[in-house]
Amino acid sequence: MSEIIKVGMADLKICKAPDGLTTLGLGSCVGVAVRDPITKIGGLAHVMLPNSTRIKNNTNIYKFADTGIDELIRLLVKEGASKTRLVAKIAGGAQMFSFQNKSDMVRVGEQNVLATKKKLSECGIPILAEDTGLNFGRTVIFYPENGDFVIRAVGKDEKVI
Amino acid sequence: MAKIDLNEDNSMYFDVLKELGNIGCGNATTALAHMLNRKVDMSVPQVRLLEFKDVGSILGGEEIIMAGIYLMVEGDITGSIMFLLEKESAKSLIAMLMGTTSSEDELNEIEQSALKEIGNIITASYLNSLSSLTNLSIYPSVPALCIDMAGAILSVPAIEFGLIGDRILLIENSFSEGLNGYFILVPDLDSYDKIFASIGM
Repeated sequence: MSEIIKVGMADLKICKAPDGLTTLGLGSCVGVAVRDPITKIGGLAHVMLPNSTRIKNNTNIYKFADTGIDELIRLLVKEGASKTRLVAKIAGGAQMFSFQNKSDMVRVGEQNVLATKKKLSECGIPILAEDTGLNFGRTVIFYPENGDFVIRAVGKDEKVI
Repeated sequence: MAKIDLNEDNSMYFDVLKELGNIGCGNATTALAHMLNRKVDMSVPQVRLLEFKDVGSILGGEEIIMAGIYLMVEGDITGSIMFLLEKESAKSLIAMLMGTTSSEDELNEIEQSALKEIGNIITASYLNSLSSLTNLSIYPSVPALCIDMAGAILSVPAIEFGLIGDRILLIENSFSEGLNGYFILVPDLDSYDKIFASIGM
């Protein structure tokens, strides 16, 4: 019997097929789904902020794109995934509120997406698909079995990337 | 160096923020009663310091549809404030204010505008009480509205809290007639010090 494991805000979980991973209501945060297609081990990180080095209080490594992805890879490899086979899909990074003067804080979704892409490319992990930006929240479900990344949003049709 | 540590549940600073929340909610309720021209009761606000991963579940689930009204705060302290309520609560508030009942699921432009104004007045009266207690000038910006999943809306203030710690400060205010509203005040790190300094801490 497969189960869907819930990943909270600034959290990270890994699982093995046929289980799946979900994170509900992604706003400006980014959901980073990484899997090894051969061993079918996958992980989902819910990152909130782009960079751990700019922040003093950074004890929660899951919170940041840079340290969160490092930890995600470490855990996947520990479970038996091969680092060279890893592939990623990402979603989220929306701008929930629109203000006229766009400060850095308001654009944090965009920065999260950029930081996530940069980190993944540094780690040599290709991004197969993405659904990022715009102005709505997303719920995502990730199946390491076949790599399906299901995205739901309010008032929109469910889609799989 | 900032004095505040939001990861300490029992700190004196938390108690102060709680009390400021109490007074702010009282003022906001009065403003709401004036606006609706009817009696509005409130219960004692609950102030909670939540871990990020528990934030969604406390509001009844990350996927519950809520309306968030978000304002930037400028002046002596900077940061942001959000007033959050369930979509159904929002709709009944609008109905009370406008004297109409809308059967449509989506809010039309006028209803959205009314909701922004409700949020504007409620948050402004909240900030007013903070301002007069601390003697600091606080100016809110024009409100922005978002109706979406609770988790998605909350990610915005959560990210701001994320800059200073691993928890979020949430003030729950229950009005009469089943209306539940939440305040999330996010002062910048320096602003906390200014708030505490102004009241002699």
